[in-house]
Amino acid sequence: MSGVLWPWAAAAFRRAAGAAALLALASFILGPLLTLLVWAFAGTWLFPNLLPEFSLRWWAFVLGNADVGKAIRMSLLSAPTATLISAVICIPAAYAFARLEFPAKRALLLSFLSANAFPKIGLYVSIATLLYRLDLMDTFTGVVLIQLVNTLLFMIWIPTGTFRGINRNLEEAARDAGAGPLRTFFQITLPIALPGIMVAGLFAFIAAFDEAQGTLIVGTPNHMTMPVLMYNLVLSYPQPVGAVFSILLSLPSLVLLLFAQRYLRAGYLAAGYSL
Amino acid sequence: MARLDLVGLSKRFGLHAAVRDFTLEVRNGELMCLLGPSGCGKTTTLRMIGGFETPDAGDIRIDGRSVVALPPERRPTAMVFQRYNLWPHMTVEGNIAFGLRLRRLPRAQVDAKVRDVLTLVGLPDVGRKYPHQLSGGQQQRVAVARALVLEPQLLLLDEPFSNLDARLRVHMREEVKQLQREIGITTVFVTHDQEEALTIADRITVMRDGVAEQVDTPSRLYANPQTLFVADFIGTMNVLPARVHRRDGVVAAGPWRLPLPDPAWPDEAEVSVAVRPEDLVIDSAGAAAHVRRVMNLGHYLQVLADVPGVGVVRLFTDKETPPGEGREIGVRIARALLFKDGRPVEVGRTDSPPATMSSTPAPAAPRGAGLDGR
Repeated sequence: MSGVLWPWAAAAFRRAAGAAALLALASFILGPLLTLLVWAFAGTWLFPNLLPEFSLRWWAFVLGNADVGKAIRMSLLSAPTATLISAVICIPAAYAFARLEFPAKRALLLSFLSANAFPKIGLYVSIATLLYRLDLMDTFTGVVLIQLVNTLLFMIWIPTGTFRGINRNLEEAARDAGAGPLRTFFQITLPIALPGIMVAGLFAFIAAFDEAQGTLIVGTPNHMTMPVLMYNLVLSYPQPVGAVFSILLSLPSLVLLLFAQRYLRAGYLAAGYSL
Repeated sequence: MARLDLVGLSKRFGLHAAVRDFTLEVRNGELMCLLGPSGCGKTTTLRMIGGFETPDAGDIRIDGRSVVALPPERRPTAMVFQRYNLWPHMTVEGNIAFGLRLRRLPRAQVDAKVRDVLTLVGLPDVGRKYPHQLSGGQQQRVAVARALVLEPQLLLLDEPFSNLDARLRVHMREEVKQLQREIGITTVFVTHDQEEALTIADRITVMRDGVAEQVDTPSRLYANPQTLFVADFIGTMNVLPARVHRRDGVVAAGPWRLPLPDPAWPDEAEVSVAVRPEDLVIDSAGAAAHVRRVMNLGHYLQVLADVPGVGVVRLFTDKETPPGEGREIGVRIARALLFKDGRPVEVGRTDSPPATMSSTPAPAAPRGAGLDGR
């Protein structure tokens, strides 16, 4: 009845409900980030005030801290190293998974997933005992090794899918034109797969960069990365310190994301896939 | 250029024998079509010639030299695939120059060759473009150019136009034929489209289940198919079940009686009668048929007629005397091929009486439009 008499009311209600849902979603996603921003630039924040007084003093404090500098250096060294090593290991493996037939192929592919199928902390502890035997505890190598556990998954799965998606005819045409298998891989297959590999590298970097549990076990006390230091800072300092550090922590991934987006959209890569 | 010999080639995939003891000679400068339904082994054969599949047995010789042990990059062959030919991350120039650069040709020479071959395929201005900026037809032309620029001894084409629309396909195959004649390159062309094969090939190999059914020129394949499969596969054919009546000296196909070509054929033997639509003639003295449908195919009419005891037959007739749909007509067989145990015997054609025929009561009829007239 009312729908017939008041069609405009029903439409307005739908619009309002839609707007409310959007607002709720936006605040759910952006709310925590906004709070983080506010806290990061907060000086004193007393009860009746809606916003704190603006201050950069926690930034000065965080950036002036020697541990923080060391952790940033450690993170910016270890995460790219882990990403690079995993690329060198995984891209040939991904190509093999995509193109070759060999025994136990499926089982092997699944084994890369298994590292992520169980609670990691148990895995890290057992790896730690191994590293202890090998005298790799509290070393850069140890930290990179533990970060590799997280990167392997992305660097195998995404490029395997990418290589599978490349039509064999493209490679066969290169062989036909006189290129050997290696040249074909480097000049034809790899460039065509590059967008997928970039995405995999991005995910792998973020996974390595964010890794805290394992690094905490393997790297303390002298090889702390940023996420590990985060535990210390949050536990021992006032709230704005954690907020400032969170922003620092998210900067590299943000920069990489923007870069990847630009790169992946550019030119032939976006358009050139299907004929 | 080159001559290609395939000798006893075999290839299995698991339990499936894709190609079985396949022997073929392709002459110098010839355009040979491998024609057959999907799964007949034609593409596998082509890929073995190109080096993309390794034969289980047999030999591949180009100008008498065995290439079977060579990888694709060392064979004097160039292949054009059905699709996904061009490398999307390179310009047209880059695509064509790839093989030339591998051969370490000087830059000026590479540029000149790329320009020449692009002109040859009618696309002089696309060098700087990327493949996705070209239409499907242009992409395939560039693929042909990329194959030709390396001056291979043997050009291999794997259904290169099957992804193009019908008009473009017809246009492209004429172009390729023209090009092939011009440069006189020995070519193996794989297709499942008999019309395509009939129009461009010098000779056709009809394949089925991994073996060659018949190797012949298009007109001979049409007029003298050696197996029932070829008869049915090439052109349009009415295949009618028939039975030998030895006492009466005839072969009975529905209402029709054809002279028994060989008195030694056993009574009641089952044979097949293959009749081209143009060899079924409307004649009031012929067998009764009921016209179901009349279709105008441009230069002639196609009539579908119900013949009791046989089913629907297809016949071509000129537009002078259009039979009305739903009417009763008489239909006579002017010429037919009898297939007994897979081997053909021609009956009804009086201008070249086969030795096995004793008498030919069927009246002489001028041969209808054959391949050349269609």
